[in-house]
Amino acid sequence: MASWGRPENSRLIGKRVQRLSGADKATGKAKYTFDINRPGLLYGHILRSSVAHATITHIDLSAAEALPGVKAAIPLIEPGKRVRFEGQEIAAVAATTDDIARDALRLIQVDYDELDYVVDMEDAKEAGAPQIRDDWEGNQSEPRVDERGDLEAGFAEAAVEVEATYHAPVQTHVCLETHGNVAEWDGDNLTVWASTQAVFGTRQNLARHFELPENQVRVITEHMGGGFGSKFGPGVEGVTVAKLARITGAPVKLMLTRKDEHLVGGNRPSMTQTVRAGAAQDGRFVAYDMSGYGTGGIGSGAGFTGPYVYHVPNYRTEKSAVAINAGSARAMRAPGHPQGAFAMDSLMDELAEKLNIDPLEFRRINGDSDARRDRIRQAEYTLGAQEIGWHRRNRVPGSGTGVKKRGIGVGCGLWGGGGGPGTEARVTIHASGAVEATTGTQDIGTGIRTVIAMIVAEELGLRPQDITVKVGDTAPGLPSRGSGGSQTIGSVAPVIKTAAMAAKRKLFAHIAPMVEADPGNLRAVGGRIRTESDLRMSISWKEATGYLGMETISEGGEWDENLRVGDTAGVQFADVEVDTETGLVKVIKIVAVQDCGLVVNRLTTESQINGAVIMGLGYALLEERIMDDQTGKMINANLEDYKVPGTMEIPEIVSIAYDTDRKITGIGEPPTIPTAGAIANAVYNAIGVRIRELPITPDKVLNALG
Amino acid sequence: MPKKVHVQTTINGEAVEYLCEPRQSLLEVLRDVLHLTGAKEGCNNGNCGACSVILDGRLVNSCLVLGAELEGKSLETIEGLAEPEQLHPIQDAFLENAALQCGICTPGFIMAAKALLDQNPNPTEHEIRYWLAGNLCRCTGYDKIVRAVQDAAQTTS
Ligand code: FES
Ligand code: FES
Repeated sequence: MASWGRPENSRLIGKRVQRLSGADKATGKAKYTFDINRPGLLYGHILRSSVAHATITHIDLSAAEALPGVKAAIPLIEPGKRVRFEGQEIAAVAATTDDIARDALRLIQVDYDELDYVVDMEDAKEAGAPQIRDDWEGNQSEPRVDERGDLEAGFAEAAVEVEATYHAPVQTHVCLETHGNVAEWDGDNLTVWASTQAVFGTRQNLARHFELPENQVRVITEHMGGGFGSKFGPGVEGVTVAKLARITGAPVKLMLTRKDEHLVGGNRPSMTQTVRAGAAQDGRFVAYDMSGYGTGGIGSGAGFTGPYVYHVPNYRTEKSAVAINAGSARAMRAPGHPQGAFAMDSLMDELAEKLNIDPLEFRRINGDSDARRDRIRQAEYTLGAQEIGWHRRNRVPGSGTGVKKRGIGVGCGLWGGGGGPGTEARVTIHASGAVEATTGTQDIGTGIRTVIAMIVAEELGLRPQDITVKVGDTAPGLPSRGSGGSQTIGSVAPVIKTAAMAAKRKLFAHIAPMVEADPGNLRAVGGRIRTESDLRMSISWKEATGYLGMETISEGGEWDENLRVGDTAGVQFADVEVDTETGLVKVIKIVAVQDCGLVVNRLTTESQINGAVIMGLGYALLEERIMDDQTGKMINANLEDYKVPGTMEIPEIVSIAYDTDRKITGIGEPPTIPTAGAIANAVYNAIGVRIRELPITPDKVLNALG
Repeated sequence: MPKKVHVQTTINGEAVEYLCEPRQSLLEVLRDVLHLTGAKEGCNNGNCGACSVILDGRLVNSCLVLGAELEGKSLETIEGLAEPEQLHPIQDAFLENAALQCGICTPGFIMAAKALLDQNPNPTEHEIRYWLAGNLCRCTGYDKIVRAVQDAAQTTS
């Protein structure tokens, strides 16, 4: 059976290895989709609805078509159909320069028959609000009810109760590389360079759309500038660019503008939940009654977690989605979890305070609903509390003196991320000594390329830089899943590992007779092949592979579920300073203790945790899509008014990769979950007034302080 | 169509001539005319710093400069930073600190850091943060970027 072995015996696994593509990225050589230039390239842009809700009565493309340099102009919606949000696609153009394409959009005449719209969730729920979805009655989905235990008995047992409403805003992904593609046809063969998290998913979608066999569509993603869940299929823009390329007979690049990206590139749905909860005198969390909803724009889903992490025997939850005239939600880094965690961790602190129990102690008492995770979580509490200096927190919230008040809080999260079957990979050894590892996953910035090289190099006794890793291309026909759900490493690493083992076995079998050794006695270490028993037999890797002559070894691998694990637990602590005169919250320090399973690359793991924490910090303090009631438009669809964290906002981050298991797991998402709850609780601990609505901006702090 | 502008300039120490439209931004000229795609487009209106270049010694967002403005000036872009076999110390520091993930913001950060260290070889941490506040990164969490610039300052000064 394959195993990763003891970490102390590993040369590479668990060590700090620089990103293989790092030099290309740092020198500007790396080509992202946005950077692809093809001979005769045309530039595409999409005209989008300027209103929130209307019936399109007429589209006139003639002036755009007549503009010199314009090669194609196509409608994307038929007259008579409705647009349901600002930004919905209406028409597209391809032109010889980007500027001409933008000019052409301005020449397209669109007649709108405007309809009433609604961009506020509460208004959308009202009877008589404009109907947004044809498949719903009203704008609220049928609630989903979950029940467990006996809620009434739970409340009867409760010594204290809390009733509160928590709210989290819509957050947008803000990938620094916008969505987009370059499409090029050669006869009936389509090649698409895509900024995607799923080359194979995109291929399948395009093949279906153009009614082509899959092998006539090739999707390439060598480097991509962030996805965070928003970049799976080709999207309207991907299908459109392929159409434009087909019509013009030329390669076309169509990248969304930053404004487009905010409007249609996806978002995390909002959440409003009202909860009544109770805890018994001995600190047991006994009852949880929650009803809530969120908006995914015109989309149907707006789910969030709850109850979350902590064990509560009696609960009832009722969750629904509310449609508004805004761009559709998409999966966003740990979908549903950060909003649920923020509410849950706020609630836990409120209950603990009523019971007069330390909030950390209250969490310890109520454990994790899963026994394995609970063991890990309890250890994480101890580690994190020590690192943040939990004893420094205000016993009485808000009791600090001075204008700037400090506070400390805690938050939690959990995630799956174990990966699954469906990846094919090959490890190829050439007579020259060159080694390739090929699979159809994609490196969305997480560093899977480097991880693949490390695993193969560990197995073959080579250095990571000796391995050529080929990912992000459907052409080799080795499918893998989309990079979502933190599933990439758990899906890919086991297959790569077993493929490398198989290739090594083949090589040993081939050379054993030449070196008069038993193949079972051969070892690959330090760039050499030698026997375990007789240290005199030692030949270089190249000498060994030289014996292959005209042959090449190329072996596939199997997904082995014993090589990976899911279900991780994370705990974060925040130390904040609140300026009671300006209302500004400054995060001083975050301690992130994250169950990371077996860490493969410690360097990139830490970096991923940091990034996730910062996205959580943005969620807690800065980010919010703001829809304007007066116009139905998003009024901060840029990077000036939609605030993402920058260097000035960044606290000291201590990330503790807690290795709990000798198996691999993905951690792209989990560390973004606990941050907002930890920060909100720290703010409360600092000022003694609870803010139940994210983002915690200075105006809310000042209002709360009165 | 308006007449194209003929521009003679210096890019990364080499004399360069090009034709561009009067309204074309420097970012567009670099990327679409000269095929120097190291400067990235993150927003096209001065809010993300992904397009950072150094123009006559000053850090600018190339999306906010016109291509025609380059006449007679001297431009440094990410493509000119490394020696053929030797990365620039700032680039090395970014790799060692894992200060990049998807990497699309990285050329902008590195050019911004270069401009800072050119004029202030020993910046404090606060000065580094303040200087880099115009560059956005959605992946790394910045901490390692700041450390990388601190490390680079140590090696270059
Ligand atoms: S592209 Fe120039 S600042 Fe964003
Ligand atoms: S590394 Fe992805 S945006 Fe900075």
